[in-house]
This record gives sequence, C-alpha cells and structure tokens, in this order.
Amino acid sequence: MKLLEELRDAGQGRDLGELLRRIPYARFLGLQVEMQGDEVITVLPFAEHLVGNPNLPALHGGMIGAMLEMTSVLQLLYDASCARLPKTIDVSFDFLRFARCTTTYGRAIVTRRGRRVANVRSELWQENRGTPIALSHGHFLLSPLAGAAGHIEA
Amino acid sequence: MNDPGRLRIAEHFIQVAYARALGLRLVALTATGCEMAVPYADHLIGDPDTGVIHGGVVTALLDNVSGLAAFPQGSDQRVAVATLDMRIDYLAAAQPGREIHARADCYRRTQDVAFVRACAFHESAEEPIAVCNATFMVGTPNVPLARPAP
Repeated sequence: MKLLEELRDAGQGRDLGELLRRIPYARFLGLQVEMQGDEVITVLPFAEHLVGNPNLPALHGGMIGAMLEMTSVLQLLYDASCARLPKTIDVSFDFLRFARCTTTYGRAIVTRRGRRVANVRSELWQENRGTPIALSHGHFLLSPLAGAAGHIEA
Repeated sequence: MNDPGRLRIAEHFIQVAYARALGLRLVALTATGCEMAVPYADHLIGDPDTGVIHGGVVTALLDNVSGLAAFPQGSDQRVAVATLDMRIDYLAAAQPGREIHARADCYRRTQDVAFVRACAFHESAEEPIAVCNATFMVGTPNVPLARPAP
C-alpha cells in the first residue's frame, strides 16, 4: 500500500502531521506542521542533534536545506492530491543568516503549479518572520492522481 | 596529503552533532577538495514506499563536502566559511540500501569567495545522483568574516 493512498483511504489525505509521522527522516528531524488557513507552516523545535556548528552555536546548513525542501513539498501535497510524493528536480538555496539554536519556522509559496512540474519558493525564519534566515527556489516533479481533480489545475 | 589544519577542520565537520546523526565520514582530502560518505540508514528514509533516502540527506552531504572544499590549503581554526548559495540538480534517485558518496572541488578562489562544484554518487562520480554548485564567503585571519548581524 502506498503511503499517500493509505492516508487518503483513512480520510487523512490532508493530515500533514500524520504524513510526517510516517516519514522516518521527518521524525528524525522532529519536523511538525501548523496550518494557518491554507498555508502550511513547518515548525522545527530545537534539538541537540540538529547542531552543525557548536561554536556559534548554529543549526546545520544541510539540515536547513532539508527543511526548505520539505516545506515546499508539504505545501504542494496540501494544495492538491498526488499519487506519489513530489520529487525534487532542482533547488537553489540562499543562506542569509546563521540558524540559531531555537525553533525554526517555514512557509512556501507555490509560484506556479503545472500538471507535471511545480515552481515553489520557500523561506525559513526564527524569532522574526520579517528576517528570513534562508530561502529556496525549486522545481518539483508531480505525479497527479489519475482521474482526480486537483484544487488547482494548470 | 599533508595539510593537518584542513584535516582538523574535516574532523570537526564530521564530529558535529548533525553529521554524527547522519553517520557522515571523511573518505579523502585532496589539495582543492574532498570526498565524504553517508551510509544507508532507516532513520534517513524520505519515502517509506520505496525506502529511498530523503533528498535532504543528499543536500546535507553536498553542503558538507562543498563547505570543506571552500577552506583554502593551510587553513587553521581561525579561517571561517559561510555558505552564500547552493544549487542542486537531482539527476537520479539514490538507491535504497547503498552508501552515498559526495566529492567537491573548489575550482576558483578569490580573496573573499570560493566557488565549488560537487556531485553525489554511489559507485562512480561518472554516474551522479546529484550535482551541485555553491559559493562561499571565506574569512581568514587577515580578512575576517564579519559575524552575521543579530
């Protein structure tokens, strides 16, 4: 049974919290979601194993990249049903500030969603939403659900 | 190669908490680059349907090799680098059960900026899983890297 299909069958097709609990890497990070209307806010509480620079101290940059990718993917999954998890085709990261050892938040803007490819921008922030710590811009390969009307068609 | 300062920096890279949690190890250190690897592990799975490792793990691996490659030869602990940007193309899915390697090379260096190319692969860099281009600000004792503003 495929993960997304299983969640849909259980009436949890848009329950991103449950999805994250079933993805080992998301559990390992400790990633959570909070919904604000139709906007997915990812929340990553600080944990010792996320530290990449003990001297500053700061969270690991590679982990910041992972959170940006996951934020993009979760917004895509919330916006429309997919047969499989969206696959990253390419992604470009800008690291603006070092990530402090505190809670990190993320959100994504789907700039364009086609049938097969979506263009998504994401950003992460910590204390202040107005001062993002990292940005991403990526393309994701979608696998539309056969016969299902997505919330957005292009 | 004989560059104890950079070797110490490499050892530091793989000893930080997140690198230990990934199981990162150093494979090789060259004059202008390095190679590292991440073993396959259940907690790194991104797609439970296929068992494929999460792309974020490949991102972290590429970030690490690229960051290490950004340190100039003869660096010591006073040298600091900060990632400006990084672009990754995911060319193929990583295969479940196999270790992922990544190799980086700093192909151009100015006083302040290091330009690095990297790729991730299983067996051979000729068959990449992902390729990456990254730029780094490099701070040396003479030209210190400004601490990011609070």
